[in-house]
Amino acid sequence: MTTQKQGFLQSLWDFFCSLKLSISLLIGLALVSIIGTVIPQAPSIPEEYIRSLSQTKLQLYDKLGFFDMYHSWWFILLLYLLTVNLVACSIKRLPRVWKIVSEPNLIFDEGLERSLSLTRDLKLKGDTASLKDKLTGFLASEFAAPVVTEQNGEIHLFAQKTPWCRLGVYVVHLSIIIIFIGALIGSFFGYKAYVQIVEGSSVSAAQGRNNKMVDLGFAVKLEKFSVSFYNTGAPKEFKSILTVLENGQPVPGYINIPVVVNDPLTYKGFTFYQSSYGPASEGGTFYFTMRERKGGAQVRVAAHQGDMVQLPGGRTMRVVESTQDVSPVIPQLSGPAARVEVHTPGKQPESFIVFRNYPELDAERGGDLIFTYDGSDEKFYTGLQVAKDSAVPSWW
Amino acid sequence: MSSSLLFNITTLSYMVSMLLFFAFMASRNKGVGLAASGAAYAGWLIQTAAILLRWKESYDLGHGHAPLSNLYESVVFFAWTIILIYGIIEMKYKYRIVGAFVVPFALLGMAWAQLGLSSGIEPLVPALQSNWLLYHVITCFLGYAAFAVACGISIMYLIKERHESATGGDGQAGGVMATFPSVRVLDDLNYKAIMIGFPLLTLGIVTGAAWANYAWGTYWSWDPKETWSLIVWFIYAAFLHARITRGWVGRRAAFLSIIGFAATIFCYLGVNLFLSGLHSYGGK
Repeated sequence: MTTQKQGFLQSLWDFFCSLKLSISLLIGLALVSIIGTVIPQAPSIPEEYIRSLSQTKLQLYDKLGFFDMYHSWWFILLLYLLTVNLVACSIKRLPRVWKIVSEPNLIFDEGLERSLSLTRDLKLKGDTASLKDKLTGFLASEFAAPVVTEQNGEIHLFAQKTPWCRLGVYVVHLSIIIIFIGALIGSFFGYKAYVQIVEGSSVSAAQGRNNKMVDLGFAVKLEKFSVSFYNTGAPKEFKSILTVLENGQPVPGYINIPVVVNDPLTYKGFTFYQSSYGPASEGGTFYFTMRERKGGAQVRVAAHQGDMVQLPGGRTMRVVESTQDVSPVIPQLSGPAARVEVHTPGKQPESFIVFRNYPELDAERGGDLIFTYDGSDEKFYTGLQVAKDSAVPSWW
Repeated sequence: MSSSLLFNITTLSYMVSMLLFFAFMASRNKGVGLAASGAAYAGWLIQTAAILLRWKESYDLGHGHAPLSNLYESVVFFAWTIILIYGIIEMKYKYRIVGAFVVPFALLGMAWAQLGLSSGIEPLVPALQSNWLLYHVITCFLGYAAFAVACGISIMYLIKERHESATGGDGQAGGVMATFPSVRVLDDLNYKAIMIGFPLLTLGIVTGAAWANYAWGTYWSWDPKETWSLIVWFIYAAFLHARITRGWVGRRAAFLSIIGFAATIFCYLGVNLFLSGLHSYGGK
């Protein structure tokens, strides 16, 4: 019974010490990792993709955890197995390697010769003493000074270079284990959350995983959000101006702090990263000036996005969409723009874009009504990733 | 003098170098071999100057960033690192002929960049506005380049091995094969190149994770590029461990090295072409 148990433990230990297991796990991980780069991963799975799948496929993928593959039990299991494998291999081999490094075998006996694959026999002429001196000198000049051992009339020369290099692999193994433990601790204690703040307002809680709200213990106010573009239309900067509030009062040193991509704000262990932006959902008011082509007084129009607004002559208009900078869409132009739709009774509705920086442009459209866009007081929201430092200090 | 002219001269030099390497294989003339690697090094020096000049040009245009920001610049840098790693291996192990299977990779890169990619100096998008860009890109590409060299050596291995088994393996190979190192040497060079590349790729992944944590608050988000870099890392880790166990040297190792480089290229280019994620090269 005991021997059987020992036999089982021994074979389990051998299993986890085997290099074949390491190689299988590494290649297995490489292969299965591909799945998650081909199948969209939660939480950003497009609706169309879900609809394109057959019911059986959908259920199968869901059962196998393919939609959140890197957190599925079997993927995590593979990572655990690799870690156990790594620890076991290191425990088994490190003492042996340590011995080779600290007290190398200086005697070249038959056993050692058998264990080496690169050996060469040379027949040399001359007496032992002068050969010894010659070989010692040769090794010292070409490789490294040898240790000379005389035993039973045989002379053994041992030379080595940078023996501690053999330990490098264990430094790498240890780093991987530390990273793995760090990831585990991080997933228990640290957390990721997200806040959305509308210009002029503040928040004191962040939305964590599974939509759980996390109290920050202070408030963050978005003073202003701005986005700028290069002439090419590529984005140049996304900037949130933030102020930290404690009990409603601004905290000195944390007033009007610009936060851009690659330059976050940290306060009391929480770090805020610029991550997204968009127009605030309540929408602002858009201002237009309108006149009829055939002449007449100018009319000022104010419209909320999506609302129908009455115009003179029974017409109505609404703002369909708007942007603070039109250059990514129309590279020749820049600045704010709004797409409006005008309904004239008995006619097809007209849809067109008016540009704030080009007040003369709408006249060229040739419509009965000529619009200029005077801008809006539309507000933006900024989306910030929030990370809380875990118990682990930063390693980098 | 503009950087683009210098890049054209570089491309030409690599072309000349490749042709000389082919002539070297055919003629077995040592002088031709010397000229072949000489042309590669001359091209590399000119390319170094061109990259520095392009860096300066970027400052003159008011953008002021290292020339590592879009697909064109990364392909050019990849070619530069390939010749650099080839040079290190050639200086150290003195097997010049390896260049015949490595310089074509650099030439392919330069030709594609010069003929097929838009070479304009563009300003940096917000995600790339960080000093981490430099460390991350340099380590990654040095790693990729070492894998390119290993792939070239593995192709040589397979050709040589096939030839040897066809001629009965008497080692007295004539003609082109005479210039190739022995299969044991090629197998070892393959391993040596990957031993250079693997730590560099590891550093590339680590600097990438550190940057991600600095900029987004998360070390790792399983973005397709990240995942593919890990896949490449797994493959080469398997390669290195497989060498310790017998039976995974030679042919199998050569195949694994070629598969590893194919995965590297997919990680570098395929992910951007076929999959979506955070690593688009400026979205062009």
